Amino acid sequence: MDRYILSVLVNNHSGVLSRIAGLFSRRGYNIDSLSVGETKDPDVSRMTIVLRGDHAVLEQITKQLAKLIDVLHIKELKPSESVSRELVLIKVGAERAQRAEVVQIADIYKAKIMDVDTATITMEITGDQDKLSAFLRLVEPYGIKEIVRTGLSAIGRTDETISDDMNKKEC
Amino acid sequence: MRMRGAKILIECLKEQSVDTVFGFPGGSVLNIYDELYKNSDAITHILTAHEQGAAHAADGYARVTGKVGVCIATSGPGATNLVTGIATAYMDSTPMVAITGNVPVPLLGKDSFQEVDIAGVTIPITKHNYIVKDVADLADVIREAFYIAQEGRPGPVLVDIPKDVTAYEAEYTYKAPKPISRHPERIRIQDIETAVELITNASNPFIYAGGGVNGSRASAELLEFAEKIQAPVCVSLMGKGAFPATHPQYTGMIGMHGTKVSSMGVSRCDLLIVIGARFSDRVVSKADKFARKAQVLHIDIDPAEINKNIQTYHHVIGDVQAVLTMINERITTRIEHGQWLEKIAEWKKRYPIRVTTENRRPRDIIRALNDLLGEKAIIVTEVGQHQMWAAQFFKYTQSGSFITSGGLGTMGFGTGAAFGAQLGRPDKQVVSIAGDGSFQMNCNELGTIAKYQIPIVILLMNNHTLGMVRQWQTMFYDKRYSATTLDHQIDWVKLADAFGVDAMKLGLDDDIQTVLKAALEVGGPVLVDCEIPIDDVVLPMVAPGASIEDIILSVDPITN
Repeated sequence: MDRYILSVLVNNHSGVLSRIAGLFSRRGYNIDSLSVGETKDPDVSRMTIVLRGDHAVLEQITKQLAKLIDVLHIKELKPSESVSRELVLIKVGAERAQRAEVVQIADIYKAKIMDVDTATITMEITGDQDKLSAFLRLVEPYGIKEIVRTGLSAIGRTDETISDDMNKKEC
Repeated sequence: MRMRGAKILIECLKEQSVDTVFGFPGGSVLNIYDELYKNSDAITHILTAHEQGAAHAADGYARVTGKVGVCIATSGPGATNLVTGIATAYMDSTPMVAITGNVPVPLLGKDSFQEVDIAGVTIPITKHNYIVKDVADLADVIREAFYIAQEGRPGPVLVDIPKDVTAYEAEYTYKAPKPISRHPERIRIQDIETAVELITNASNPFIYAGGGVNGSRASAELLEFAEKIQAPVCVSLMGKGAFPATHPQYTGMIGMHGTKVSSMGVSRCDLLIVIGARFSDRVVSKADKFARKAQVLHIDIDPAEINKNIQTYHHVIGDVQAVLTMINERITTRIEHGQWLEKIAEWKKRYPIRVTTENRRPRDIIRALNDLLGEKAIIVTEVGQHQMWAAQFFKYTQSGSFITSGGLGTMGFGTGAAFGAQLGRPDKQVVSIAGDGSFQMNCNELGTIAKYQIPIVILLMNNHTLGMVRQWQTMFYDKRYSATTLDHQIDWVKLADAFGVDAMKLGLDDDIQTVLKAALEVGGPVLVDCEIPIDDVVLPMVAPGASIEDIILSVDPITN
């Protein structure tokens, strides 16, 4: 199964998220993550949806999404033409003896230490999926007590914006 | 002009030329009903026995008129009672606007009396829905709802209006409805040209037409196309009437209870031209065995239907009527397929819908009805064996003459849809062909047809069982008739009589013509309780999950 990233512009109404989440669950599509936030236009929100499946699934998801009245535009962000990041907050077990090792890993991976307590260290790390999974693999042996992930956010490279892409398709 | 929300709603209905609505009042829609009362000269409100009946009536009305069907219900149970009707309309792409009341905005989300999140409930079964929380938005929301219901692939839209919004005032100015376009300019010429090339080069083309041809009012274009390219035509259940059943190129229905000729046509053609159809599992059955030898050319208005169930070789996205017009313009001379049509004709002779003792009576009743009414009839059905017999044995020659719940398969659809259709087309004779199982689900609507004297004929195919389920139990469950026998002897004639509807019996030995003639002469609502044998079956049949190539022609495997 391949992994695809869709960037979706939607009306910023209450209820839009449940329409989209409902569509995915109803039709049995697998999504890894979905993140959403306002754009520079407060009436429009942008979602980044990471999904798994073959190309036929991607085609169906895109078409079914496009049928929703609140969906304004859909763009597939190919990894080579976009950058993607996810923010993770993580609480790792670190008694006094291991604290230095954990701090060292954090340092190498440019994770920020947010809090240190007697038995744990809480950190923030941002990165693409490869960096995050490498980091998580390294801190795992210390015991991950708690983890919060935002889901992936992605944006296209180059001068062209998603609005340009939307206007182009309407012409 | 400033006016209350309820009045704005009525004005917006008038903008859309709505003259008939179906509904049931209640606390949250009192303001709306007050305005309906004051505007009864412009808008006729039909009070149904149950909100489900109102939704099916709006659906039936929309299917025969091409206009948007409108139904109204109050909050909570009123709204949830519409749900089956909305889902039915969604699956069959009927343009419908459902208006529900809700509790006042400050009470929303507080589990108030008769509160339900109907917008949340209907997300999966509407094209779109709205909760109007500000009266200033109301007029534009109603306009958008009507537009969305009709534009592109039609479907139901729900507008939920809290009670205080119907009481508050806002400025209203008349706006003419936004025209609904078939958008021929959006159809890609390259796609049309490739389609024409495929059609021109095919040796054995076969057409499978669906409900989209009826929805798009494209039966004339389909007829021209099929005759130009000399291709045989099969239809899905929803496509009944899209192509005249009396035409020599017609092969009958395709699918679970389709004809063997249609199955053979699909299986042996080299180009399958699919028009306004969506490869339902009831048509395709086993997807990898469907149209194995053919390139599939799919024409549909909804891009999401392309490659959803069956991978296509080529497709054209657009309104079916517009696409067929463009293709017809490009095919200037008739393309002959003499040998192919001869082969089809030979199969038609060899494999007619086999009539045995197990389906003779329903066939004879439906054929007699066909002889008496012909093109004057609009046939509406419930769901089950009678529905399939009505599809198989009545010869539909006009688009919109067969109204059925194809996608959702809603038992209880028939009576509401039938009187909705009759009100939409008073020039026609609407006949609801029903089964005793389906009919009892919404038989309360007998009261509605009596109250308004809506002259529909209900032919109740009474086999005292849930016939289609029993048929499956006979064929696949070793005759273990679990919960399908309806042997509690309901006296349907008495029941109809209690509602004030004329009724008569057609016993197994009675003369069909005589009784049907008598029923049609009533000139008002009438029910005919037609006794049929309990073990009558619908054939042919493709067993669930089997290939359409393995269509069963007889219940007795030895004679198959």
